[in-house]
Amino acid sequence: MEAATVAPSDAVRAVRKAASPPEVVMHGLRPAPRGWLSWLTTTDHKRIGIMYLVLTFTFFLIGGVEALIIRLQLAQPDNTLVTPEAYNALVTMHGSTMIFLFFVPVIAGFANYLVPLMIGARDMAFPRLNAFSFWTLLFAGITFYASLFFHPPAAGWTSYTPLSDDAFSPDGGIDAWILMIHLTTISSLAGAVNFIATIHNMRAPGMTWGRLPLFVWSILIYSYLLVLALPSLSAAATMLLTDRHFGTAFFDPAGGGSPLLWQHLFWFFGHPEVYIMILPMFGIVSEVLPVFARKPIFGYKAIAASTVAIAFLSILVWAHHMFTTPTAEVVLAFFMLSSFVIAVPTGIKIFNWLATLWRGSIEFKTPLIFAAALPGLFVIGGISGVMLAIFPIDWQVHDTYFVVAHFHYVLFGGGAFALIAGLYYWYPKMTGRLMSERLGKLSFWLMFIGFNATFLVQHSAGLSGMPRRIYDYAASSGWGDYNLISTIGSFILGIGVLVTVFNAAWSLKRGQIAGNDPWHANTLEWFVPSPPPENNFDQIPRVRSLEPMQDLRAQVRSTQGQPAGTVAQPVAPTR
Amino acid sequence: MLAAPSAFAGVITPEKGGSPNADDIHTLYVIVLIIAIPIFLLVEGVLIWSLIRYRRRKGGPQPAQIRGNTPLEISWTVGAALILVVLGVITFVYLDDIGNPPASLPGGFQGAQFATIDQPSPPRSGGPTLRVRVNGQQYLWRYEYPDLPGPNYSYYELVVPTKTTVVLEVTASDVIHSWWIPKLGGKVDATPGYVNKTWFRISKPGRYVGQCAELCGPNHADMRAVVRAVEPAEFEAWLRRHRIDILEAQQALAQQRQERARRGDVQ
Repeated sequence: MEAATVAPSDAVRAVRKAASPPEVVMHGLRPAPRGWLSWLTTTDHKRIGIMYLVLTFTFFLIGGVEALIIRLQLAQPDNTLVTPEAYNALVTMHGSTMIFLFFVPVIAGFANYLVPLMIGARDMAFPRLNAFSFWTLLFAGITFYASLFFHPPAAGWTSYTPLSDDAFSPDGGIDAWILMIHLTTISSLAGAVNFIATIHNMRAPGMTWGRLPLFVWSILIYSYLLVLALPSLSAAATMLLTDRHFGTAFFDPAGGGSPLLWQHLFWFFGHPEVYIMILPMFGIVSEVLPVFARKPIFGYKAIAASTVAIAFLSILVWAHHMFTTPTAEVVLAFFMLSSFVIAVPTGIKIFNWLATLWRGSIEFKTPLIFAAALPGLFVIGGISGVMLAIFPIDWQVHDTYFVVAHFHYVLFGGGAFALIAGLYYWYPKMTGRLMSERLGKLSFWLMFIGFNATFLVQHSAGLSGMPRRIYDYAASSGWGDYNLISTIGSFILGIGVLVTVFNAAWSLKRGQIAGNDPWHANTLEWFVPSPPPENNFDQIPRVRSLEPMQDLRAQVRSTQGQPAGTVAQPVAPTR
Repeated sequence: MLAAPSAFAGVITPEKGGSPNADDIHTLYVIVLIIAIPIFLLVEGVLIWSLIRYRRRKGGPQPAQIRGNTPLEISWTVGAALILVVLGVITFVYLDDIGNPPASLPGGFQGAQFATIDQPSPPRSGGPTLRVRVNGQQYLWRYEYPDLPGPNYSYYELVVPTKTTVVLEVTASDVIHSWWIPKLGGKVDATPGYVNKTWFRISKPGRYVGQCAELCGPNHADMRAVVRAVEPAEFEAWLRRHRIDILEAQQALAQQRQERARRGDVQ
């Protein structure tokens, strides 16, 4: 490690000597597998990252199709497109897929690809464990979706007991759900341990905690939160399994158990889970905004510290999901106030992003547009979140479409928009080609309009009394218009997503060649070629600030006397 | 200001108009909304203005290389915290009125008893209330008046007297359900093994509708709840008739069983 690291001046010298890179010749090695076998056997963090991204975006599309069927069923009152049983299964599959098979692992996909590159490492700390995480996720998805051929689970993604108990859900769907939970938990925990070990131990020389990219900060906190929160879910799922099959009564009041125990254990995981999903999205925004505003991030320390603060507070707010349960008012008051507190560090982040854009020189590339949508949409989810934290108000809007609107503003408006910003931002690094700007902007506007049309009116549907998870409503309820608007919006949103999917597929072969550093960015992943070689860094540059690429550019400028087009490690000549 | 948005109830504010707790929740919501709107406009305004004003232009100003501003950062942290303190205080001001059942109005139902939600503390303003046991079952609600002469159970539609504070003791006998009539205040979960309480006091006779708000199985959407409020005198008459109906039905059942047993149809 030490021998391979170089001072910036050496790195620059290396740039100038690009014609004659050092060469190591190996003997007696088995040839690397080629073709599909190379993907099956790989332990390269970049290939694993790409497999993660392809798999999780596939689940995103499957979950999206389920959402569209839900919207079609609700488009008009007294619709009979799907049966009540199928509707509940769709709701359960949509929620579980999006949370467990898409959102958490898609972050692992980005983090796998990017964390080693951003911190100047040659791979993850435990490459084989990394491959294990991915394959476990794949089997979790197969286990879950195999239930489609038998009885898919239909107790909601929260699987509240006693509904999920064997008396009321005797079919195997809930068991498939439990096994999916166990497999994704194993996958996520193995991944989290790997990220923690990597980020703590494998940073480039000079990359102190104060110079760690904010995306990497968010992945570190994401990992710690997974380690803290997931065991509670695993324990609950195991207890449910033994309740269902081995005669225990953890959640059965007839046997001295408590249905509320499930809710406590579930939400003790479930609320940190929200931040597990959203903090890395905040991290993406914190990377993308400064690059395209040509300004340093405003308040780096405040953003990093607020990430830690949110993570800590997120394990103290779980019962705000339980305000309507039989619980003493003093407990409700505590969880209201703790939920208030978490709004402060979240607000700080939003203000910091606004201040980052302020007085910048903003370049309207697709990643910037998607990333700038996050504060604009998340603030709506944040405000409705504070309303929901006020428990007397929650008594009215709990379990209604107001809540559905709230968490979609948080996780789709905040989350998915940032995720797609990340896709457009890092796609050129992963593939060597830029995605089409024109299609990207088209996709953004379709998604933005479709998203707001879908979810803004759902606030009103909830306020006028429409509960979640109902397969049907009467014409006299007055919810028909809201739902029709919402359904039309959801299809616009779906088309917007497909434009990006098409863009990604099309650009793979036909996109403009990106070069090492198409965005003129700040962090180390742009130092290596696109796509990076298997070892990432031939020489690991010494990090002297939060924006190492700017230092390297300045260095080239001062030694060569002219602005540097790209600063990058030399590319080995192809044979 | 607080009364103005009443036309928006159910569009941008929760439903109200059936019971004082629903009205108080509505008022609390409107206050929070009024505080939230400037924050929303500030964030969206600064965001959109920055994006337009500071877009990259040929010959435009160089981006300002600012890394932070401690006084500014401290002040928006403190500002955000202060807003939340205000929200907390306002909530606690309204909490008492929303959570605890008040006394019945003059002219309310006379057979009502003392009760309170947050036992063992006494009712805030004293006065009788009418207790109703509500039991959620897949997919209907069962009601019973434990302090009135029985049998007096009923299903689906809950009949209550106006001007009378009605305290509901909500539970369930199979899976979790949630009792909710939007115009009569917030929802409470009906959880097997637990008793959850809420209350309402209706001034105007009429039908108030809602439906189960916790996924309880395939027919969750069909689990409706109806409260029919009638004048106290009418309630007494209904109760008397209802009791007789139940007793007659039970008698008829007993007779039928005996007849069929004689014929050897049943044991």
